Amino acid sequence: MAFIPHTPKDVEEMLGAIGAKSIEQLFDEIPANLRTRALAGIPDALNELEIGRLMNERAKLDGRPLCFIGAGAYEHHIPAAVWAIATRGEFYSAYTPYQAEASQGTLQLIYEYQTMIASLTGMEVSNASLYDGASAVAEAALMAARANRKSTSQRILVPATMHPHYGKVAVSTASNQGLRFEELPYCTQSGRILVESLARFDGQDVTALVIQQPNFFGVLEDVDALTRWARERGIFVIAVVNPTSLAMLKAPGEWGGTGVDIAVGDGQPLGVPLSSGGPYFGFMTTRMAHVRQMPGRIVGRTVDLSGREGFTLTLQAREQHIRRGRATSNICTNQGLLVTAATIYMTLMGPQGLARVAAASHARTRELVAALSRVKGVRAAFDGAIFHEAVLQLDRPVAPVLKALASRGILGGLDLGEHYPELGHALLVCATETKTAADIQTCANALAEAMKAVRAA
Amino acid sequence: MSKVPADLRYTKTHEWVKALPDGTLEIGITDHAQHALGDLVFVDVPETGRTVGAGEPCAVVESVKAASDVYSPVAGSITGGNGELRSAPELINSDPYGAGWLLRLKPAHAEAVGGLMTAPDYEAMLQTEGG
Repeated sequence: MAFIPHTPKDVEEMLGAIGAKSIEQLFDEIPANLRTRALAGIPDALNELEIGRLMNERAKLDGRPLCFIGAGAYEHHIPAAVWAIATRGEFYSAYTPYQAEASQGTLQLIYEYQTMIASLTGMEVSNASLYDGASAVAEAALMAARANRKSTSQRILVPATMHPHYGKVAVSTASNQGLRFEELPYCTQSGRILVESLARFDGQDVTALVIQQPNFFGVLEDVDALTRWARERGIFVIAVVNPTSLAMLKAPGEWGGTGVDIAVGDGQPLGVPLSSGGPYFGFMTTRMAHVRQMPGRIVGRTVDLSGREGFTLTLQAREQHIRRGRATSNICTNQGLLVTAATIYMTLMGPQGLARVAAASHARTRELVAALSRVKGVRAAFDGAIFHEAVLQLDRPVAPVLKALASRGILGGLDLGEHYPELGHALLVCATETKTAADIQTCANALAEAMKAVRAA
Repeated sequence: MSKVPADLRYTKTHEWVKALPDGTLEIGITDHAQHALGDLVFVDVPETGRTVGAGEPCAVVESVKAASDVYSPVAGSITGGNGELRSAPELINSDPYGAGWLLRLKPAHAEAVGGLMTAPDYEAMLQTEGG
């Protein structure tokens, strides 16, 4: 099948019908200074053999570092079966096919995905996925503004403890649609939001409160108290969660007794490799009462005329191809391939397997924090409970210490100086089930050396 | 041929308007509109108390084919929505001018209704649209 539907003859006839000489002529109205010229600095094409060789050389430059960076993307073990199955011809397309119902297998997989994600978050309904965690937060804020009809302010409270990139994406996506994001300060001792600090909003019109659990520092927020505070005041609650953590922590559907309104997050920990930052996928779940305000698509299970089970796209009437500018979102697709991998990952792991990954990651991180805190000049920054990340306070600048670790093949964590200068020399570290006791000791020994080297300098 | 009751007023966007004795207006979508949409599956019933301008979206009706805005024929404030439609959107298909009414509105200017299409005007418009 040719993917360019028009033959030169078709093009000629169409141009003839409108009286244009060439396709180029159709763009005449764009001023010359706004037109792109040929791109400079693009090398000649390489064949497969050549590009393979080049990429292998580049990959060698990355090395195989021992990674203790989390900060929103986590190195978990991915069973070999995940991508062996995901890359089968029947699944290996990144796109929901046109005439979706002709692809019953794809639809059934998405339906199973939705069921698992809804179950993991404790919510009633899941969509077929979004681009990533950051865009899911932005979409959740927009959705809250549509669905919370008691509120007209379009004010969204966002904790400073949420992933800083998520906040930036939300502002870029939604602020031109009238939403206002207000940052909530955190307690620098515990590393979390204090519910008492919300009293200043009493009596004000607030549309939604975002709560990230665990927060960007890895610290557990008091999600029950925060959720109750918001829901008692008619404020929507948007949970931003790490899917692995839900095998250990209370599901957003149960926070504060009543549960949240919308739960979102990044699905990368579920079988998606770090891969230089993407592609990942975002997930979104909600209550049935808000389903018509949810962006994206949903696969439903139904029966055909003879009563046989079948799967179909449902609630499409609010998507962009039908509603145009008044659609619930400009997102009309989903991250098909990564959702496929995540569904296979969740199926292989099962609830118990995922709980073991969560418990092992938590245990390794506690060991890591204990080992690194024994290094002179290093201590844990917060006293709050953590999941699988923690902030360490150093008595000297972080950047040169990380550079010294990198020279020993260790990615020692994320320097928080750029986003949280008030924390001083703060370092965010993470360990998952992929790290052994020996790895942690290697990291602690290297940190001790690096600290000495930086002091000496 | 769709029904166009003689005693109602109409809009180009296929809403009908009935003047009630208390001076408020009852508004719905026409028989032609419900035919074009097909089986309705959901109605976003408007909230009481909202103020709308003439031609402003005031409700959403969703069928198996599409979700469409309903536009307020005149400016005014909404005095009530048809709550029955939440559980029985099909009333719009079965009885568009009766049990399928959508909302009631207190017009900002009582004379605004006079500017809307009469039944013969609306019928003529449907004819030229090929409806």
